[in-house]
Amino acid sequence: MRLEYLPSPSPWRQTAAAGLAILAALGVAGLVFWAYGVPPLTAYATLLRGTLADPNGWAEVLRRAIPLILVGAGLALAFRAQFYNIGAEGQIAIGATAAAGVALFWPLEAPWMLPAMFLVGFLAGAAYALVAALLRAGLGVNEILTTLMLNYTAYYLVQYLVQGPWRGRSLFGFAFTDPFPPQAVLPTLPGTLVHWPTLVLGVLLALLLQFLLSRTTLGFRLRVVGANPQAARYAGIPVGPTLLVAGLITGGLAGLAGVGEVAGIHKKLLDSGDITLGYGFSAIIVAYLARGQPAWAILTAFLMAVLFAGGDVLKVAFQMPFRVVDVFSGLFLLFLIASDFFAQHRVRWGR
Amino acid sequence: MEEVWAALLRSVIFGTPILIAALGNLLNERAGVVNLGVEGMMAVGALAAFATAQTTGSGALGVLAGVLAGGVFALPHAFVAIGLRANQFVSGLALAMLGLGVAGLLGKRFEGQPLLASLPEMPFVYLGLALAVALWAFLYLTHAGLVLRSVGENPAAADLLGIPVYRVRYWAVAVGGMFAGLAGAFLAVSYRSSWTEGMTNQLGWIAIALTIFVAWEPLRAVLGAYFFGLLYYLGFALQDSAIPSVFLQALPYALVIVVLALVAWRRRQGAAPEALGLPYERGRR
Repeated sequence: MRLEYLPSPSPWRQTAAAGLAILAALGVAGLVFWAYGVPPLTAYATLLRGTLADPNGWAEVLRRAIPLILVGAGLALAFRAQFYNIGAEGQIAIGATAAAGVALFWPLEAPWMLPAMFLVGFLAGAAYALVAALLRAGLGVNEILTTLMLNYTAYYLVQYLVQGPWRGRSLFGFAFTDPFPPQAVLPTLPGTLVHWPTLVLGVLLALLLQFLLSRTTLGFRLRVVGANPQAARYAGIPVGPTLLVAGLITGGLAGLAGVGEVAGIHKKLLDSGDITLGYGFSAIIVAYLARGQPAWAILTAFLMAVLFAGGDVLKVAFQMPFRVVDVFSGLFLLFLIASDFFAQHRVRWGR
Repeated sequence: MEEVWAALLRSVIFGTPILIAALGNLLNERAGVVNLGVEGMMAVGALAAFATAQTTGSGALGVLAGVLAGGVFALPHAFVAIGLRANQFVSGLALAMLGLGVAGLLGKRFEGQPLLASLPEMPFVYLGLALAVALWAFLYLTHAGLVLRSVGENPAAADLLGIPVYRVRYWAVAVGGMFAGLAGAFLAVSYRSSWTEGMTNQLGWIAIALTIFVAWEPLRAVLGAYFFGLLYYLGFALQDSAIPSVFLQALPYALVIVVLALVAWRRRQGAAPEALGLPYERGRR
């Protein structure tokens, strides 16, 4: 038996490998459930009944998909440029904070308020990611560690604001800001938490990023910088500025996701852990499943969204901590990158 | 004066899990393998240690279980990153998420339980120091240490000399995981003597940054870890002062960014093992 390297495996082979990886990950997650004391099949049946087999469950999946589409599409683009942004959690929090600042302290009228919040949220998220992008482009500092650390500084910044200067007067005793004025709240589909304007925005931006990546000079540069920075330099592509653009886009989209969460769901600023909920980390799997294609993130975000909504269902049914989502995320990622090896190698028997 | 000594001692004690985790990470990075999963391995080690100590009534058995659990939990990363030559950064990240998730889920039944078989803190402080010296001696005074370093610097040349590159890397990752498990065990059966979800509190990530900061030198890691211990201690001790405590709590993370930038600016990354983070495949350049 020997292994034969396949330089460019067929798409169906890649899809089959990814499908098997997901099944294997679900299998191992089942073992974890079993160790927790819940039979795996019971856990998965409950998860499906509470999400895809239930209209209210569908609405939950849809609203979980909104931030995952936005962040996942941005990460997919950044990963193509080999910019590993692990800091989407922080960028979501900063985007949410900036939007909350506009909503609470800038008395804008109805048609202008929400666009201003989205714009400021985008800029804030982008600027926050730019810190790590500048360090990477200018000094070669590994962005995985810096973006990760920026998650925690963002968390404490929000803590400071909601416990201190921005603390609300109307909800005394809680670390919340005052509720947003009505013109700063996004409309939702009746009876659900699906803030549809953000969903439309996410789908449009994912398609736009796909166009940018595959049809424009900038997209070409992003891809070359990711595939072979040496070659990019020889070809005269400005590697540093291209990385900065990747950072700005991925950070900006995460910022938009944060705006959607506070303006559509919470209607106030609160502890950022309750806003980001791990979307920023799980979006890494969304981007990885999408194979660096932002448009595909629209679909792959739904897979992770089912697991997010399922996390809530499992929490209620079996008192599991919501962090059960991390078990899925970690296993998916581990099996997916392992499956790449099997997609790229064929087993040959005999000599 | 007495208060200053007490404060420094608390800093050293709090720096100890950072030190132990950083030493393990330093070991596997010296063999050329990055493992970002330290936080997850610590969490799994902490849970294994707490669960074992609670059920057997023996803190020492708990520590042993934590060490073994950390080592075993590192193996998926070793297989994916070394055996399958996948992206080491992504694989380690997956391990971090998985470890936090699994420990959070399976540890729920122990949440809030007081530990009866708690261990004193000082033996771990001495153990951390001894491990730093031992790792230094191993890396620079023994043949095995030379072999390990050569695998991290130039695996192709090491392979040519008959060194089993894959085996050395597997062992380095497993032992690195054991160190992380020990760090977690210290938190669970001694420092905190309890289990709570998220009790590793990002110390694993600090340990990874510290490895770069101390230029992959075990003895320097001692001072670096105690320094971060001091920062955490200040965040805790100055809670009621004029400075809002959240700023002090955020300080270690902000400082990691500053330190990484300074290290890069002074081009100390030249100290990194040459083949760090690069999968090795025989016959391919």
